[in-house]
Amino acid sequence: MPENPAETAYEAELIQRIKSGEHDLFYRLIQPYERRVYAAALAIIRNEADAEDIAQDSILKAFRHLSQFRGEAKFSTWLLQITINQARMRKRRMTLRAMESISDQQNDEGDYMPREFADWREIPSESLERKEIRTALVEALSSLGEKYRSVFVLRDIQHLSIEETARVLEISPGSVKTRLLRARLMLRDFLSPGLNGQWTATPAFAKGNKPWE
Amino acid sequence: MGITCETIWRESSNYIDGTLSPDLQQSIDEHIKTCHACASVLAGLQNIVTLYGDERMAELPSGFSRRLHRRLEANMPTTRRNFFGWAVALAGSVLAVGGIELSRASHELPNSSSKLSQRLAKPIPPDLQVVVSDKGKLFHLAACPFIINRETVRHMTASVALAQGLSPCTRCLSKYL
Repeated sequence: MPENPAETAYEAELIQRIKSGEHDLFYRLIQPYERRVYAAALAIIRNEADAEDIAQDSILKAFRHLSQFRGEAKFSTWLLQITINQARMRKRRMTLRAMESISDQQNDEGDYMPREFADWREIPSESLERKEIRTALVEALSSLGEKYRSVFVLRDIQHLSIEETARVLEISPGSVKTRLLRARLMLRDFLSPGLNGQWTATPAFAKGNKPWE
Repeated sequence: MGITCETIWRESSNYIDGTLSPDLQQSIDEHIKTCHACASVLAGLQNIVTLYGDERMAELPSGFSRRLHRRLEANMPTTRRNFFGWAVALAGSVLAVGGIELSRASHELPNSSSKLSQRLAKPIPPDLQVVVSDKGKLFHLAACPFIINRETVRHMTASVALAQGLSPCTRCLSKYL
């Protein structure tokens, strides 16, 4: 999303011209956001074909309702809100609820306790060139429940702020933080065996043992 | 000092994001010097954030943009330039009075997809030399003023950039969009 004033002004001008009838410019307007829209849809619906369809629906809906965009929020936030809502509606229809992972049924109450305490050496970004690493990351992400996955995708993959994430998902910033913490810890635990190399530590806190209680 | 592992885990996300108060940040830094478990939690979280934050984790499926544009094109109303927008609005007013200007005006509108067809018929030349900066998601002409991290640019052809899932800069490559 545009962060500098020149780009924001350029985007505002594009929107104004599209509203005035220069519909072709819509391609330019949404082009920087295609990845985000797709990723947001995929965060809700873990199926690439459906996510693409939802992304298309959402962008088309944004075009049809652009006259309702008043510029109170960023265009990207508005577009992502549409996408999340479209994806949720689709998910409801698809009755995926029964197949939802267990972690989705957990509520935010109570702390998530890390389970793995082995050493984590720094993992260089170059490791992402390796397909098995990327596959592992994608699988780990899809193992999360939707409410955690959607927060994590918006915040840590799309780099939205806490406030923007809260606005898109229509939840409080506090809930964003709680879910983000849990999502990150769950991903860390999920990926520890494969990514951390050697196990060097005996868990200081055995399973089920909570020393603070 | 005096800070518990439980507190650190609860604050671990904020620690990674750098949003803690300096005092709490310092207490955690001290704690993890001697607490292996907490050091492991924080290092792991940092890795998670770094790896997933890499732009390669947000790639679009191949052909996504092309399919999207096709769908939009099929669903977009007749394209009007400003002038024609006014013409249609005017024609609408006339129609309200009972005229038949609207239909006539509509017939006079240019072919809605003429510009799009033109655009699609004139894609970015595959061998066009473009540049991409480190962590950039767009590719640019070398002279584009909107390149971020210019010192890290790599040169490649447009076809390679597109194959890597990069998108064309809407400023310097606008004539192809």
